[in-house]
Amino acid sequence: MFEVRFHGRGGQGAVTASEILAHAAFNEGKYAVSFPFFGTERRGAPVTAFTRIDDGPILIKTQIYNPDAVVILDPYVMTRGDVLSGIKNEGYLLVNTPQDPARLGSESKKATVDATSIAIARGLGDRTNPIINTSMIGALARITGLIDRESAIDAVRELSPRKKEENAMAAADAYDSVRMGWVR
Amino acid sequence: MQAVQKYNAIMTGNEAVAFGAKLARVGFISAYPITPQTTIVEKLAEMVANREISAHYVEVESEHSAMAAVFASELVGVRSYTATSSHGLLYMHEMLHWTAGQRLPVVMSVVNRALGPPWNIWTEQTDSMNQKETGWLQVYCESNQEALDSILMGYKIAESPDVLLPLMSMEDAFILSHTSEPVILPDQDQVDSFLPPLNLSFRVDLKNPMGYGSYSTPDGPYMELRKDMMDSLRNSRKVISKVTKEFGETFGRNYSGLIEKFMMEDAEYAIIASGTLASTGKYVVSKLRQEGKKVGLIRVRFFRPFPDLEIAEAVTDLKGVGVIDRSTSYGSAGPTALEVRSALYGKSEIPVAAFIAGLGGRDVKVEDFEKMFQYVEQGKTGNFYINVKEAC
Repeated sequence: MFEVRFHGRGGQGAVTASEILAHAAFNEGKYAVSFPFFGTERRGAPVTAFTRIDDGPILIKTQIYNPDAVVILDPYVMTRGDVLSGIKNEGYLLVNTPQDPARLGSESKKATVDATSIAIARGLGDRTNPIINTSMIGALARITGLIDRESAIDAVRELSPRKKEENAMAAADAYDSVRMGWVR
Repeated sequence: MQAVQKYNAIMTGNEAVAFGAKLARVGFISAYPITPQTTIVEKLAEMVANREISAHYVEVESEHSAMAAVFASELVGVRSYTATSSHGLLYMHEMLHWTAGQRLPVVMSVVNRALGPPWNIWTEQTDSMNQKETGWLQVYCESNQEALDSILMGYKIAESPDVLLPLMSMEDAFILSHTSEPVILPDQDQVDSFLPPLNLSFRVDLKNPMGYGSYSTPDGPYMELRKDMMDSLRNSRKVISKVTKEFGETFGRNYSGLIEKFMMEDAEYAIIASGTLASTGKYVVSKLRQEGKKVGLIRVRFFRPFPDLEIAEAVTDLKGVGVIDRSTSYGSAGPTALEVRSALYGKSEIPVAAFIAGLGGRDVKVEDFEKMFQYVEQGKTGNFYINVKEAC
């Protein structure tokens, strides 16, 4: 079983990202579950979302405490100490930031992607409210190999309510431009 | 991988029950929105707007009116559906008694959610446990598939001439309602062959006027009608078994009637749980089995009728049992624990530990289950709150 925990803020699409990942894995023939944990339902509040992927039915229905990968949609939520808690040794950390992954203070396999710039270039939202969740899925696919490039793009297209092609291209851009702090 | 391929969709529990209502060909839907069930009636509104179903959809001004509306539509012989949650369900309470008393086989989805104050949108079963005295059948689901299938089986059970009582089907808030999981969406033809159209024998008919719900003195038929409700509910277990079996034969998915036994064959200790707690409980039982512990789990699917005979039989050879409730009967214990102790009275001497866990959506973790199993193995018999902070 592979477990992913997404951290973002209300309105950034962490929940949709967890669903896109589950759909992509499902479309590849795997069993996948995604679910949100809302703090308080309002824009800007911290939101956590989860995806579990396995070869057969998944019975455990708790939150994820020891993720194989943590995805940070908003670098500012990293100021909360708990977002990296429990991440497995050799687990993956993916952050939306233009910075070099070496600058992230973590023992895990660190990767960064400038999802905000990708989103703006593709006309998804604006500088204040960029739609970055679809880019994060593309980047996650690349660093983990959990889903392949095409199924990531297809699932993004399937679940994007608007600007389907722009979102799909953003996922592809992120897949191709994510920076990994280790050799895969 | 073979087992996975049969799934043909991935969707949330709320979408799954909306498809259940669609496939059951409900003719009338009333709705008043309350989080987190709202996406059920949103999905159904979308299906009605897109003419995917031909149901009459009525927005009402309250949950009390939502139940009054389905009461009326069901009484003219139309298969009717609504969904609610938490305070919405409590606001319906009066009309729940009316619907059952009038013997109307309505099916309703309930998303189990905590009650205020303080406001809490997360899961807890106290809302539906507060309705166990209304005469409705109650089924608690552990997966999105079961939530969908329970709508189809629910109408068939409720509409049986031997039952004729309403049924509420529960899903835990967020843990099912907003969780995407693979499901098998059955074909409409298959559903049609399993679930024929409603043919209510006593429906309002303008050509054959009758009085409904009129008046009864203490000497009148009131007490006899109430005893008949009790008899029908007690006897509904036969219909539940029959319908569950038919469902398995039609769709290839086998549910187990009132309770489900998991790894119970040679178990010495077991936990009784319902809803998604039972799902995580199964995960923990499998883990403990690998460590050599002889443990099992009994999942309560139907809480009404309560599976007293079935549970008494299932625990016969055990050394100890624990009961988890995600709800409270203040001043007493958890509702399931009360029922289990009553079911075992005079039949079994095994120790029963009662646990209250996960109130207000607090996550019940693997280590919490391990702790509860430790209590059971130690033969504890009291009432325990699990993972509760000492002071706040």
